[in-house]
Amino acid sequence: MLRFAPLLAIAVLALPVIAGLAGTLAPAFGYLPALGGSEISLEPFRIVLGQPGLLRSCLIALASGVVTAAISTALVALFVGGWSETRTFRLIQSLVSPLLAVPHAAAAFGLAFMIAPSGFLARLVSPWATGWTRPPDWLIVNDSLGLSLMAGLIVKEVPFLLLITLAALPQVPLAASNRLAGSLGYGRVAGFLFTTWPAIYRQIRLAVSAVIAFASSAVDVAVILGPTTPASLPVRLVQWMNDPELTARFMASAGAVLQLGVTLAALLIWFGLEKLCAMATMRLCERGPRFRADAGIRMVALLAMATTAIAIFGGLGLLALWSVSGLWQFPHVLPASLSLRGWQQTLPGIGDPLTTTVTVGLAATVLSALIVVASLAREQETGRSGGNRALLFIYLPLLVPQAGFVFGLKLFLVHGGVGANWAALVFVHLVFVLPYVFLSLSAPWRAFDRRYEAIAAGLGKGRGTTFLAIRLPMLSRAILAAMAVGFAVSVGQYLPTVLIGAGRLVTITTEAVALGAGGNRRIIGIYAFLQMLLPFLGFALAALVPALLFRNRRAMKIA
Amino acid sequence: MPDDTTAGLRLDAVRIRLGGQELLSVDRLVRPGETLTVMGPSGSGKSTLLAYIGGFLDPAFSGEGRVICGGRDIAHLPAQERHAGILFQDPLLFPHMSVGGNLVFAIPRAVAGSAARRKRAEAALADVGLEGFFDRDPDTLSGGQKARVALARVLLAEPNFLLLDEPFSKLDMQLRDQIRGLVFERAKRSRLPVILVTHDAADAAAAGGDVIEVG
Amino acid sequence: MKTVLAALAAFALSTTLATAAEVNPADWDAVLKDAKGETVYWNAWGGSQNINAYIGWVGEELQQRFGVKLVHVKLDDTANAVATVVTEKAAGKDTGGTIDLIWINGENFASMKRQGLLYEPGWATQLPNWRYVDAETKPTVTTDFTIPTDGMESPWGMAKLVFFYDSARTDASGLPDSADELLAWAKQQPGRFSYPQPPDFIGSTFLKQVLSEKIADPAKLLEPVKPDEFAGLTKPLFDYLDQLHPYLWRSAKAFPKDYPSMSQLLADGELDITFAFNPAEASSAIANDLLPDKVRSFTFSGGTLSNTHFVAIPYNAAAKAGALVTANFLLSPEAQARKQDPGIWGDPTVLAMDRLSDKDRARFEKLDLGIATLKPDELGPTLPEPHPSWMAMIEEEWAARYGVAN
Repeated sequence: MLRFAPLLAIAVLALPVIAGLAGTLAPAFGYLPALGGSEISLEPFRIVLGQPGLLRSCLIALASGVVTAAISTALVALFVGGWSETRTFRLIQSLVSPLLAVPHAAAAFGLAFMIAPSGFLARLVSPWATGWTRPPDWLIVNDSLGLSLMAGLIVKEVPFLLLITLAALPQVPLAASNRLAGSLGYGRVAGFLFTTWPAIYRQIRLAVSAVIAFASSAVDVAVILGPTTPASLPVRLVQWMNDPELTARFMASAGAVLQLGVTLAALLIWFGLEKLCAMATMRLCERGPRFRADAGIRMVALLAMATTAIAIFGGLGLLALWSVSGLWQFPHVLPASLSLRGWQQTLPGIGDPLTTTVTVGLAATVLSALIVVASLAREQETGRSGGNRALLFIYLPLLVPQAGFVFGLKLFLVHGGVGANWAALVFVHLVFVLPYVFLSLSAPWRAFDRRYEAIAAGLGKGRGTTFLAIRLPMLSRAILAAMAVGFAVSVGQYLPTVLIGAGRLVTITTEAVALGAGGNRRIIGIYAFLQMLLPFLGFALAALVPALLFRNRRAMKIA
Repeated sequence: MPDDTTAGLRLDAVRIRLGGQELLSVDRLVRPGETLTVMGPSGSGKSTLLAYIGGFLDPAFSGEGRVICGGRDIAHLPAQERHAGILFQDPLLFPHMSVGGNLVFAIPRAVAGSAARRKRAEAALADVGLEGFFDRDPDTLSGGQKARVALARVLLAEPNFLLLDEPFSKLDMQLRDQIRGLVFERAKRSRLPVILVTHDAADAAAAGGDVIEVG
Repeated sequence: MKTVLAALAAFALSTTLATAAEVNPADWDAVLKDAKGETVYWNAWGGSQNINAYIGWVGEELQQRFGVKLVHVKLDDTANAVATVVTEKAAGKDTGGTIDLIWINGENFASMKRQGLLYEPGWATQLPNWRYVDAETKPTVTTDFTIPTDGMESPWGMAKLVFFYDSARTDASGLPDSADELLAWAKQQPGRFSYPQPPDFIGSTFLKQVLSEKIADPAKLLEPVKPDEFAGLTKPLFDYLDQLHPYLWRSAKAFPKDYPSMSQLLADGELDITFAFNPAEASSAIANDLLPDKVRSFTFSGGTLSNTHFVAIPYNAAAKAGALVTANFLLSPEAQARKQDPGIWGDPTVLAMDRLSDKDRARFEKLDLGIATLKPDELGPTLPEPHPSWMAMIEEEWAARYGVAN
């Protein structure tokens, strides 16, 4: 059984991606007999390239990918370099980590409420400081350059990269390197960037690539924060996919191929930037400047990090307040009255989406955990981790833009007679949940001190007993935490849920984005609140269960 | 005498390799109650030798040769059927169990009934001077106390032999002598063949018995 | 083995029989019987909470009265539902489709009708509650954007373009009374007017309103657009927009998503004039604490666009009987009166008051249409919807001109 676990994992990850890509590529070149396309042609591409403002849509998507990754990575590097091994670091770490659980859409809504001209920040300083009795006519949200879109992506990607970096830290001699660089007279940040960062970066490189892939193809965040004249490519892609004209389907597929190209271009630009940065660092290093006065840059990194957390938490707090507010006009900082009307109107209809969200999330998470644990157990048995190639498979669904293959996958499912059913939705979520569960669990799993198992075997215990009585309980915290991450990922899935659920299976997230279009902040508040509540419950449960189970075991609290 | 061939632990042309390169080879008999000390620097493969004998060799290494215990070759048995009592540098008490839980986990299945098993564990605790520690959280114990619990746990499983992987190196001087004395005394009392891996000459001296240098 | 085969054959036979037995709207008792236990997937725009709540109420009533389970599939664009049916037809899924009912009108209806994606003609006029429908004074209940409905969609509510302003901020005497006056007004109040970004259908409606006012010969709009005439006929519209855009909210670099977003912007004080396709929208929003109670309505004395919105059944719907029962219930005086209550939704009825019983008429007469709702005689003349082909071409041209930033 165990022997097939890694194969199963790879099948779960790679088959849908490959099938989906095939389902995208064929119609992009005019081939889809069911829709009357039986000849290979470049016509779909000709139509896509003729769309007005296409270049700009592509550039926004491209820039979102590269800029988001650059700023997020730089921020994480400077912060870890400037503050690792301090109390501030641990404080910020514990503040930022939960942000991983906040679905992108909820974070984007929260951010929009903060920074809009009629948003909370403007209200805080109006009218006493600004003289504004009405919001200024400033283009902030939905700006043409996609700056707020990038901001919305950055606040969500920074926590992700920070956590991946933290997981990589134990494998580098951070403290020793810091002391060594310090003793040679280097400033904290420079010392870290010169000695430790290159080793860390090698380990988080795939994760950074995943950030680029996600940011260059995000639909939900772009719908909420992105430009509209024109919208970024992934948003227009969804519009084309939904065009009632049959022929638009070919063009949309060609657009999806274009999206793949844009993401690939973003990755290539990034790899070029990597080389440039490495070269620049080397040059700098050779010249030997010590950069001792780095208090300024450390402060900037800290402030930016704290802003990330405050922006999302503040935004979510505001959403919660909006959900119970009566009329709340500019420039009032607080609503004039409170009202439960929104909740009363929403709650009766919340049952179905809530059930779908929870059951699909749980099923995908439990399945992922089983497959991941089995794969890791198999890896431990054979001593083969599969190395970088296996890691690439795991990152595959995160590297290929969702819009690029989920459409094709849907085509496969529809033509295969699989409608919008629960199992199909679980399967599609599994594709995205499994990588995160694997990435979260593999480090603690591999770090497990195998001498415990040697001792248990010496005590005459078989593999099964050792697994159940020693490894599982000792790793229970890590397993549950990985499952909580997986559950959060499932709750946040937008595009795959919309496409495979086909409106029949709706989750809190698809409802939130659909209703978010309506601009009723109270309703957005309610759904965004639910959207973040579920993952938080997951994390709380993951922390609480081991804490209760092992309440008198001090050593279990740290691990 | 039958003792020569069936009693004790015989390492018959045991070789450890890493990627085709031989790290060490041993060919010895360790009689009941005696200790074979293997000395060598880090990376010499001496811990790997213990892993080979105990049956938890990392797949990166390969080993060959017979390990004869009680008259049969155990080198191809799964680890749990070799009954190797193992002590590492760290006491490695299972952190999610109580002190008593650690001990009860080690008691062979033959001792039935939870009352009887608990009684056996409490007796073992008393035997290492830790009466009343049954319900304690292992993490709240001192280093010396943990080492004693680890020893008691190993002995409770009624092992056929002991594998000691620098078990005293992390203890401070005074404690080290004390625990070392206790371990060897118990091993002798139970007539267990012992293989000790160390780089501390004092360990070898305290153990008596043969010493082989590797690496 | 034989029995298994026999059982399988019987099963196969029974399923084909079940699908073969089409529902017949003329035999209403049979429809009711078939509908019991069915689940109706109703694809309807879900961007407004009060409408969603109303649909939720419909679902409860259907369950209670007819044993029909109603599921509201919330769309952000009705075109998505059309796309689903298109995909299903292409995949050969001619029965057991995933959509049973669509909230629809205009170009989406025209597109489905043209592609043969709709349930048989005439079902709508065979519904028992059709007798209450006002087909005489409301010609749009049978002609949807100039396209004859042929009974392939059942009217649900009336829409008329109405503008709103906050009387606490904006002086009623300076309000525009035509598209041209609106342009002048916008030049005086830069940044305080906008419209939802086409192809949002309220946004497209605004474009059609301007075109209807500015085009030299409005009769042209009632015929399918001729591509070679399009540029010349729509020049007044795009000249108008070229002038208007620099004075729009955000200088036309961004647009509100839809009319609820515009209401939010009116409440925030970002916009001074907004509009919706529902005369009671302001009253309804005030009742729901979404707008301040000083908001009032106005229209143009030269007339504003007006139309009817409908429900249609896809040709491959799995629960046709349930869909028919739902459509019929939506036409019931009780459901229509509730829909017209601004505290609930405020959407005007498609029924003729003189065809109702006294009791049913009383339901409507006792409605308080709300402080911000114009009386029927204040709503002004109605302008007809152009042929749907205009909408598609205008949207395309709009996207090419203004949908790409500069």
